Amino acid sequence: MIIEIHNLHKKFGKNEVLKGVDLSIDEGRIYAILGPNGSGKTTLIKSILGMVIPDKGNISVLDKSIKKEWKYRKKIDYLPQIANFPPNIKVKELIHMIKDLRNSPSAEKELIQLFGLEPFLNKKLSTLSGGTKQKVNIVLTFMFDSPLIILDEPTTGLDPKALIRLKELIQKEKAQGKTILITTHIMQFVEEMADEILYLLEGEIYFKGSIKKLMEQTGQTNFEHAIAAITTSDSHA
Amino acid sequence: MLKILKYSFYDLIRSRWSYVYFLFYLALGFVLLFLNNDVSKAVITLMNVIIVLIPLIGTIFGVMYFYNSREFTELLLAQPIKRSSIFMGQYFGVAGSLTLSLVLGLGIPFLLYGLLRSNAIFDFSLLLVTGAFLTFIFVGLSFVIAISNENKIKGFGYAVLLWLFLAVVYDGLFLMSLIVFEEYPLDTFSLVATMLNPIDLSRILILLKLDISALLGYTGAIFREFFGTDLGFLVSMAILFLWTLFPILSLGYKAKRKDF
Repeated sequence: MIIEIHNLHKKFGKNEVLKGVDLSIDEGRIYAILGPNGSGKTTLIKSILGMVIPDKGNISVLDKSIKKEWKYRKKIDYLPQIANFPPNIKVKELIHMIKDLRNSPSAEKELIQLFGLEPFLNKKLSTLSGGTKQKVNIVLTFMFDSPLIILDEPTTGLDPKALIRLKELIQKEKAQGKTILITTHIMQFVEEMADEILYLLEGEIYFKGSIKKLMEQTGQTNFEHAIAAITTSDSHA
Repeated sequence: MLKILKYSFYDLIRSRWSYVYFLFYLALGFVLLFLNNDVSKAVITLMNVIIVLIPLIGTIFGVMYFYNSREFTELLLAQPIKRSSIFMGQYFGVAGSLTLSLVLGLGIPFLLYGLLRSNAIFDFSLLLVTGAFLTFIFVGLSFVIAISNENKIKGFGYAVLLWLFLAVVYDGLFLMSLIVFEEYPLDTFSLVATMLNPIDLSRILILLKLDISALLGYTGAIFREFFGTDLGFLVSMAILFLWTLFPILSLGYKAKRKDF
């Protein structure tokens, strides 16, 4: 078990975002975390990363509780939702800086080539378009070799060519036995990539299982419809 | 923490505002020295300027930097770095670069003027030391305000209010209470009240080291008795140090509990 979450609660003011999430993530699979807007996907991910501090409950990553810990983040590559970078530094400097801060071996050269970022290396981040920023974001995430990869909306702003590259990249990482968590609203992407679906609704895990199981439970033949139907059928996991 | 400090520091050193700040002190130093032709007098004038200006610049710079580097901070939070290291690194980066601007900006003209041969060197170093303390105190306070307020406008407002209170309003209240309670012995009260405001404390500390303290009259005598001695000097330095420690500790406390 690479991640184990037990009875996770989080409130922002009066807004109860997570209401007792129990979850275990196995090694070497791709998980898609789905759910309507505001269902707590990002909060869940940020809790795993230690950016959000839970009110109650326990999270362990690689069999160790993450409470007051930070070294475990060396085992996680995280792609944040909106690529918010410091505006005044160059792409090259940013990559160099993150490398320096993490102090682990990295393979940024191939990735820069893969996404065709060479012409942008000497440009400031504030001058880049949304899609290019996302490519930089992807390079920063995938350049390290960590057993757990968390991707928050990885497809945002990507052109079809980059999207194909990203999918290949994710499959390659999976083949190396890595665990990958993805949140996205693109159902086609989920259908292609995910081994398992986690459906969050109102701060709880509403469904957990494979796409096949989801189709059977909802009685739908189309994946997109199955997801839409998930809340209406009594498929409570 | 040192890596974060390094990046914050370089980031600021390269920014235009650090140069403006540095050049301002450089110009101020040269103008005062060559118009006054007297190091002691220049130190007094400088004190009046920097005792108000340093807290203001420290506060505004601190708040601005904190809010502007939010993206960077979030990027760092997902990296294997301790939370407190991120914020401490940024804090020391900002306070350190501001202090560097101050020390270099004032130090260069004074050195050129021949400070080392004058006996005002102690007064001058004291000025720089209190200036450094004030920078660290006010950058720290502004960081605490910024981390406690998501809303930039609010955070900025509170920070400026804090400066206004400590630099201006506090003195007014202090004077008024001296007048209202003039029938009572106020020696201890005024000593304590001075200690509670880092700006006042720095001002008195520098004034009493200069020869003009005789002008302060009777009250001055009490202050002189306290601050003029080695013990008083050490106590004041210790309190300035506590004033620096207080925002750093609260920043660490807040940073540990904040959600991003």
